[in-house]
Amino acid sequence: MNVNSKPVLEEPKTVFFAPISHPSPGSVGKTGTWRTHKPVVDLDKCTGCLICWLYCPEDTIIRLENDKVSIDYEYCKGCGICAHQCPFDAIQMVPEG
Amino acid sequence: MTVNIKRIPKKKFLMPGNAACPGCPETMGMRYLKMALGDNFVMVIPAGCSSVIQGIAPRSGIYAPILNIVFAAGASAAAGMKAGFESIGRKDVEVVVWAGDGGTGDIGFQALSGAAERDDDILYICVDNEAYMNTGIQRSSLTPYGAWTTTTWTGKREHKKNIPLIMIAHGVKYVATASVGYPTDFIAKVKKASQIRGFKYIHLLAPCPVGWRFDPALTGEIGQLAVKTGLFPLYEYENGKFQLSPLARRYKDPSNRVPVVEYLKLQGRYKHLINKPEEIKKIEEYIESIWYMIDVLEKAFNPKEEARKLLGSL
Repeated sequence: MNVNSKPVLEEPKTVFFAPISHPSPGSVGKTGTWRTHKPVVDLDKCTGCLICWLYCPEDTIIRLENDKVSIDYEYCKGCGICAHQCPFDAIQMVPEG
Repeated sequence: MTVNIKRIPKKKFLMPGNAACPGCPETMGMRYLKMALGDNFVMVIPAGCSSVIQGIAPRSGIYAPILNIVFAAGASAAAGMKAGFESIGRKDVEVVVWAGDGGTGDIGFQALSGAAERDDDILYICVDNEAYMNTGIQRSSLTPYGAWTTTTWTGKREHKKNIPLIMIAHGVKYVATASVGYPTDFIAKVKKASQIRGFKYIHLLAPCPVGWRFDPALTGEIGQLAVKTGLFPLYEYENGKFQLSPLARRYKDPSNRVPVVEYLKLQGRYKHLINKPEEIKKIEEYIESIWYMIDVLEKAFNPKEEARKLLGSL
């Protein structure tokens, strides 16, 4: 095969019509509006064990300094896993509105 | 290998505001995957819930580069991608297939079996939610006995296909089972798998609140109960050595197990058989058969230990 031969066809130009997705919060909007019950953290009972943070499926639990937690209500879907898993009953599910 | 939660860095492992249902086990699993592997991995996602969770372009809810691919090509696409990374000298990149139970046991099985036989250097994770949840809860070959789905109204009549044992029979480098109810166990298994060269398979049990018909708050609890009742034993197979995970070792003794009714009564998909003792007895017999199989495997893969025990008894 002759390496120096020029290609017969021109290389087609690729045009991307679909944008490439980048990781960013809120890919389907503000999911906090899905919530019927909201989790409320009692910081006096919280010991900073981080079990709620580990189990949260949404990553909406914010780690404060000394590893106590607060909740990002903009995106929390209110599933209640944090309240169920908390070994110290520091999170209560309160009805919205 | 133990995992210290406090030493996991304070940062986001998943983008909030994605399209997953409240209490989704798959997003939990994806967070643990990112905690275990850091930034140096690429995900290959066959069709399933995980391809919907990403949300609407130009945004993505998952904090990793993703190749979305058809059902039947999950493992083969990952094998090709790994070969591509190796050819440009990036041997450190981990290629992870994140497939559902349909993409593993039914439609994607030939690609999985082929990649396992070729011993391609990929990590295959099956997120087993025991039905086709994304298309509306249809039965798959991994749906357990008695479970309701929209295509098995009176409960499925066949038992669950045991994919981890099929993978052990392929003779791959690493096979493990994990549950989202035990995050640190899963993180440790993924970390261990990422250090092995060759084909690695992890079967992750993911209780789905929508398809299994339970309160979303119980996702973690049901993942733990599946292990505690003995229905889903956690084990590891590594280079010809089979061993139960420390968390599941005590459930080898039937007296330590939680009665299976505790697990069934929390889920709406077993509602029709909760008052039928003969059906529950069938599930109990199935649990016995699983543990008998595990006992056989332990003896078959660790013959030296058995021989030592025999010598001790003489």
